[in-house]
Amino acid sequence: MSPRPYVEVTDLRKTFDVSKPWLNRVIERSPRQFLKAVDGVSFDIKKGETFALVGESGSGKSTVAKMVVGLLGASGGEVTIDGVSMMDPNQRAQRAQLRRRMQMIFQDPYASLNPRWRVDRIIAEPIRAFNVVEGEANIVARVGELLTLVGLHPDDGRKFPHEFSGGQRQRVAIARALASNSDFIVCDEPTSALDVSVQAQILNLMRDLQQKFGLTYLFISHNLAVVRHMATRIGVMYLGRLVEVSDSKEMFARPRHPYTRMLLDAVPDLAMSGRQRIPVAGEIPNPINPPTGCTFHPRCPLANERCRAEAPAAIDGVACHAVAEGRISAAPQPALA
Amino acid sequence: MSEPVISVRNLQVEFVTRRATLRAIDGVSFDIAKGEVLGVVGESGAGKSVTGAAIIGLIEPPGRISGGEILLNGRRIDNLPPDEMRKVRGRKVAMIFQDPLTSLNPLFRVGEQLIETIRTHLPMNERQARDRAIELLTEVGIPAPEKRIDGYPHEFSGGMRQRVVIALALCAEPDFIVADEPTTALDVSVQAQIISLIKKLGRERGMAVMLVTHDMGVIAETADRVAVMYAGRVAEIGPVRDVVQRPMHPYAKGLMGAIPTLEASAERLVQIPGSMPRLSSIPQGCAFNPRCAHAFARCFIEQPAPLPVEGRRVACHLYEADMAAKTVESVR
Ligand SMILES: Nc1ncnc2c1ncn2[C@@H]1O[C@H](COP(=O)(O)OP(=O)(O)O)[C@@H](O)[C@H]1O
Ligand SMILES: Nc1ncnc2c1ncn2[C@@H]1O[C@H](COP(=O)(O)OP(=O)(O)O)[C@@H](O)[C@H]1O
Ligand code: SF4
Ligand code: SF4
Ligand SMILES: [Mg+2]
Ligand SMILES: [Mg+2]
Repeated sequence: MSPRPYVEVTDLRKTFDVSKPWLNRVIERSPRQFLKAVDGVSFDIKKGETFALVGESGSGKSTVAKMVVGLLGASGGEVTIDGVSMMDPNQRAQRAQLRRRMQMIFQDPYASLNPRWRVDRIIAEPIRAFNVVEGEANIVARVGELLTLVGLHPDDGRKFPHEFSGGQRQRVAIARALASNSDFIVCDEPTSALDVSVQAQILNLMRDLQQKFGLTYLFISHNLAVVRHMATRIGVMYLGRLVEVSDSKEMFARPRHPYTRMLLDAVPDLAMSGRQRIPVAGEIPNPINPPTGCTFHPRCPLANERCRAEAPAAIDGVACHAVAEGRISAAPQPALA
Repeated sequence: MSEPVISVRNLQVEFVTRRATLRAIDGVSFDIAKGEVLGVVGESGAGKSVTGAAIIGLIEPPGRISGGEILLNGRRIDNLPPDEMRKVRGRKVAMIFQDPLTSLNPLFRVGEQLIETIRTHLPMNERQARDRAIELLTEVGIPAPEKRIDGYPHEFSGGMRQRVVIALALCAEPDFIVADEPTTALDVSVQAQIISLIKKLGRERGMAVMLVTHDMGVIAETADRVAVMYAGRVAEIGPVRDVVQRPMHPYAKGLMGAIPTLEASAERLVQIPGSMPRLSSIPQGCAFNPRCAHAFARCFIEQPAPLPVEGRRVACHLYEADMAAKTVESVR
């Protein structure tokens, strides 16, 4: 039997109440409104691998990330990490143990670093909070070590976050995430605000650290090329649902879901192979009133009556009637295979 | 070859601050021909937007054009009085920005804004202008334009709004358009639609287009030629295929290698150390020298001039050093 996956996400759901204030509802006779930001998402992550969530903005990636680390309560479903439930009230004690080992990195490191604290204090905080090392001298040494590890100088600890460039601040955020010896890091668009040359530095650093410490990543991005570079497995999200989960290589060579194919096709062709792109029709619909059945049906060239009526269940990692019915050819993408 | 629509010669732009005068653009030159898309690419702070703003006469104090010339159809426009420049802008040159809401007034219907702009520049009555506006909305791919023309900007999605802005830019049938990061705020699927629209319009209408973006993929898909900017200077400029696939300038090379692609899954991305300098601390000589693996003595003293190499222009001493080395040898 294969060992239990490190992270297991099962039928995760989040509904936001986006109703207007009570008085407006009464005056305008408008009903309560709900937005299903995450609608039954399941995946798992093996220890030491990078699982990526990709999708256009509003597809629910950040909401999943926040629920996985426990920053946001779920409306339904379950998350377990190393066998410990993130939801079960009876496992509170085990969960407290787990907190030390998981951290999150955000797109905007400036917003997640206390601007009034010097960087050494920022990095030392999780060390103190979780009693990772004892004694002031040891903490100082550990902070210096972490700064060096992420490519900064131990003296940089005396500076404030605003004294760093965007890329350096992301290095500080990474150092802090590692400070409590965490082994699971959730990264929400960690390089989306950075220039490409700096993005390359950060992505390389993240891969080096993963190899060195056997880190497990949940890596979120809207950039397919970045995801391809980082991930071993990929989940594609559309309007709160996972439409396809595949091995990274497999997904780029043989995308199965029509939305995955569309996304791949929309990526500008840097290799200038002259590949003919199929123009993509339409835009993402309003999530408050999503289309019936398969929510992708208004944009899908293969949609039929069944698609409009019935939401497809995931079979072998793909949630699509056409795939299940064999109506879609499994021909590889010519330009990408 | 015919005269370029836009010709930028040795442009310099400075910002005067209390402490110092900062040179944001330092000797930028390029031409854009009729029907041609010049892509301008570079990381943030490279000077792409300031260059675009200088061409359309939108540099505001404390900024100023401190040197060089800008010619539109052979006529200088960088030294026009403000009200004359205002006429040129809108009639002859137009712009599209990243955020469509900067170009649209939220309080007016889309049609009102289009009709007003059309009538400011073209001799048409209300009826004719409205018909023209509907034609333009059709051309940029707005479905049911007869209905949508009476909608307000907030009733349009991000992608549709950007199409409206493009229609607005086309109202006066300009010769030249600056599009500054027009797809950066959009999702990939919509981005692809807008890119092909800009490309199609440039070709069909014979406009010169300056497409500013930090996204090399967008450039590869859209541009005929590309200028790679770094610290207010053009590092390399040439046909898009050459520069994208065989960049010569060390910065352009590094930049291309740093971009993850769908095709190759390299173990490591090419890494350029450091980041772009601030305007207040641009290094002497070649601005790229602290990050360049090939820098040699001369790079720290003398700013490299853009030299013609293999069908493009490259501002790097390596390509002259080659010649210099030969000269030294022959002297020996
Ligand atoms: N706190 C919230 N209240 C209401 N709606 C929210 C909230 N957070 C996110 N949403 C909505 O949930 C959907 C998913 O958002 P998000 O997870 O941020 O997507 P992504 O990260 O993929 O861009 C979006 O439609 C978003 O507007
Ligand atoms: N109004 C301004 N005052 C002072 N400096 C400015 C101003 N506008 C732009 N700059 C500076 O000029 C340089 C080039 O900016 P910009 O053209 O906006 O870069 P890009 O568009 O390539 O990201 C930057 O260093 C920027 O800080
Ligand atoms: S279920 Fe139907 S509409 Fe949805 S992606 Fe598959 S074919 Fe298209
Ligand atoms: S001029 Fe010198 S420092 Fe500048 S890019 Fe060329 S080799 Fe590097
Ligand atoms: Mg997000
Ligand atoms: Mg800009």
